[in-house]
Amino acid sequence: MGMLISLRDWIDARFPMTKMWEEHLSKYYAPKNFNFWYFFGSLALLVLVIQIVTGIFLTMNYKPDADLAFASVEYIMRDVNWGWLIRYMHSTGASAFFIVVYLHMFRGLLYGSYKGPRELIWIFGMLIYLCLMAEAFFGYLLPWGQMSYWGAQVIISLFGAIPVVGDDLALWIRGDFVISDATLNRFFAFHVIAVPLVLLILVVLHILALHEVGSNNPDGVEIKKNKDENGIPVDGIPFHPYYSVKDIVGVVVFLMVFSIVVFFVPDGGGYFLEKPNFEPADPLKTPEHIAPVWYFTPYYAILRAVTIDIGPLSAKFLGVILMGAAVVILFFLPWLDKSEVKSIRYRGPIYKTMLTLFVLAFFMLGYLGTQPPTGVKTMLAQLGTVIYFAFFLLMPWYTKIDKTKPVPERVTFK
Amino acid sequence: MSGEGVDTSKRRFLTAAATVVGGIGAVYVAVPFVSSMMPSERAKAAGAPVEADISKLEPGQMLRFKWRGKPVWVVKRTDEMLAALPTLNSRLRDPDSEEPQQPEYARNVNRSIKPDILVLVGICTHLGCSPSFVPEAMPQPYDAEWKGGFFCPCHGSRFDLAGRVYTGVPAPLNLEVPPHKYISDTLILIGEDKGAA
Repeated sequence: MGMLISLRDWIDARFPMTKMWEEHLSKYYAPKNFNFWYFFGSLALLVLVIQIVTGIFLTMNYKPDADLAFASVEYIMRDVNWGWLIRYMHSTGASAFFIVVYLHMFRGLLYGSYKGPRELIWIFGMLIYLCLMAEAFFGYLLPWGQMSYWGAQVIISLFGAIPVVGDDLALWIRGDFVISDATLNRFFAFHVIAVPLVLLILVVLHILALHEVGSNNPDGVEIKKNKDENGIPVDGIPFHPYYSVKDIVGVVVFLMVFSIVVFFVPDGGGYFLEKPNFEPADPLKTPEHIAPVWYFTPYYAILRAVTIDIGPLSAKFLGVILMGAAVVILFFLPWLDKSEVKSIRYRGPIYKTMLTLFVLAFFMLGYLGTQPPTGVKTMLAQLGTVIYFAFFLLMPWYTKIDKTKPVPERVTFK
Repeated sequence: MSGEGVDTSKRRFLTAAATVVGGIGAVYVAVPFVSSMMPSERAKAAGAPVEADISKLEPGQMLRFKWRGKPVWVVKRTDEMLAALPTLNSRLRDPDSEEPQQPEYARNVNRSIKPDILVLVGICTHLGCSPSFVPEAMPQPYDAEWKGGFFCPCHGSRFDLAGRVYTGVPAPLNLEVPPHKYISDTLILIGEDKGAA
């Protein structure tokens, strides 16, 4: 024991080990009223670890070559010891990542976690979300199935819709006149090196920014306003051991659900792994019905919702702009929300209604994005798009006139 | 260090000059990296023309060929199909092929060299999917008065049997007619038209 202590002191004299442990865990005071919604931050971290570890093992047998890629994935599935498990963990992990992150973001909407002074946490978080989308997109090309190929074809063509530079930009991204071996090889580089590096840095920044200002909570009360004589928030408890142990419960439940999917429904009913992707890529034939993986479908539905030209702008370009705007507008949330209160508990009926409509529209768009674009469905997608944008664009107005309730001094338990 | 005797304006000038020079250097260093992502010499050389043998193509049918990695369709249209084309003009975005989506010799009513034989690049002008061939003139979920044509499953764009785009769909342009010429009655060279009519 004495040796361990002197080892610790030896390190502490050279590296801020104990200092960092205290700052981020044992003396990081989090509000004591966290509820169910606060599991998803640490779960996102867990899924990130799962993806990195399984990803490393997949690269040991995967071949980023247009002639070999599809067969190498089949090889992993059939011949590599436990290869099927590692691959299913990775493919299920991708969907799990988005489920966890969407719930984590929704928590932010519920309790106003993006509002000052936590704007930067929100922005780092949104950048993480962008990285995740890029990571998922690059990764989906790698199995070189039909959906991989045509999905990438559609998304890269989006860049071609940008006036003047679009075609050259699409050419630069593909590295060829069509999606080919060159495209696959560079997507592999982005998927395993470039994006994960950026992602890890952003996760560190997200957590550093969070620990600088402190966590929000379901009441939206700043616990740092009420400190005891030692300067510790009276409504705060140390993250370790209180929340580290509590989060283990969340981890166990999550891993149970995760395992059920991995072992019994690894394709997620065609939503996690789409059926056409069990066919090798064929540049001459688009699958009968093409849809992105579920986590992109709300934006895909917005893209397809635009069918009319406005002046010199084509429907194609407007669709791309609207889809991009649907993501970008999230960055501005901290400044669109003019409400006095943070938490939904003290907000008025207008915000509650708008948030409900927004969630319904998001689910509806998500469903429509998986469906073929026919008359009624296109109209519903247009309606969903209007609601989606109305939630944000009308926010400065409706959050101001909404009747809020008085916020308590201290956190409460409900 | 004290600020005494320090020429701050000189220091600021030197900092700015070093930043500018360094910045220009960084941009130059970026050039080879950005450029390395453009198509390689080998990729550029791979665009050779292909021969399409249509001797077995029956009226109303379509054959697919691969040119520059893209699908190229050759459709032999029936007389009824050709007769239906002019009746659609009011429902099309560019019925007279004014946009440069075809060589001059294919800028006509049928968008083809021979009236019945249509040659198209089978890539939707919206986002690059390959539309399905739906030749039968019968009501479809997406069009009750369908006269036959191409339907893109990705985003619902529709084209008639001359590859002309309908209005009210996301695709902005007619399907592209690639440069091509007839070597003989049943052999088409796709990708080259020198010496052709």
